[in-house]
Amino acid sequence: MKKPFSREQRLTIIYGILCIVLTIVMLQLWLLIATMNAYLGGDHSVVLPAGLASAICLALNAGLLWYIFRMERRR
Amino acid sequence: MKRERDELTVPPDGGAGDQQPKWRQDFPIDWPQDHYISRRDFTKFMVLTSLAFAVGQFWIAVQNFLRERRGELPLQKIADVDQVTVGTPVSFAYPDAHDSCLLLRTGDQTFTAFSQKCTHLSCAVVPQPDKGCFFCPCHEGAFDLTTGAPIAGPPRRPLPRIKLEVRSGAIYASGVELRTI
Repeated sequence: MKKPFSREQRLTIIYGILCIVLTIVMLQLWLLIATMNAYLGGDHSVVLPAGLASAICLALNAGLLWYIFRMERRR
Repeated sequence: MKRERDELTVPPDGGAGDQQPKWRQDFPIDWPQDHYISRRDFTKFMVLTSLAFAVGQFWIAVQNFLRERRGELPLQKIADVDQVTVGTPVSFAYPDAHDSCLLLRTGDQTFTAFSQKCTHLSCAVVPQPDKGCFFCPCHEGAFDLTTGAPIAGPPRRPLPRIKLEVRSGAIYASGVELRTI
C-alpha cells in the first residue's frame, strides 16, 4: 500500500492543481466570450467545437478535483 | 498516534487530526492546515465555475440548434418605394413584432435597413442622417449610417443588416444578416 502524503506534500499538490484549474477556467472564460461574440455576429460554425473544448476543460477540472478527493480518502 | 511535523494544536479528545469530526477538520486551528483547506475549497469553487462556463457553452449550442430548426425567415412587406424618401427613415418590425428596424433610402433606387438594437446592450439606436450615423444614447455609441459599422463608443459589432428585396414597387425584408466586422 502506498504511503499517504504528508500535509506539506498535500499543500504543494493543491497549489499545483489550483494553478492548473485557474488556467483552465481562464481559458474557458475566454472561450465563452469568444463564442458568444461569434454567435451574435452570425458565425455559427464555432459553437459546437467551442462547446466540445469547454466540455473537455470541465472534464480535466473534474478529474483534478477527483484526484484531491482520492488523495484525502487515502490519508 | 502519528502526528504531522507542523501539527501544533491537539484536539480536545487527543485523537489524530484525520480522525476528528468533519466540521473540525474543515475549520483547523493550525495555519498550514488552514492554508490547505482554504486552497482546496477555492479549487472546488473554481471547478464549479468551470461547470458554469460549460453550461453557458451548452446554452449557446441549444440556442443555435433552435435557430437552425426555425429555418428561413419569412418575406415581409415594409413599404412601397414611393413612401420612402431620402433622409427620412422608416421604422418597421422584423422578424418579430419586438425587433425594431429602420429602413433608409440612400439613393434613387438604393435602400438599406438595419436592426435598431445597439450591439452593445440592445438600446434602440437613433438615426442622425445629418451626422451620417446611428446614435445610441445609452453609452454614446455610434454606427455608420450606410454600413452599420461601429464608429464610436463601446459597440464592437456592426448593426445586423436586414436583407431587402424590391418587387413590383414595394420593399420587402427577407432575412437578417448578422456580422462580426
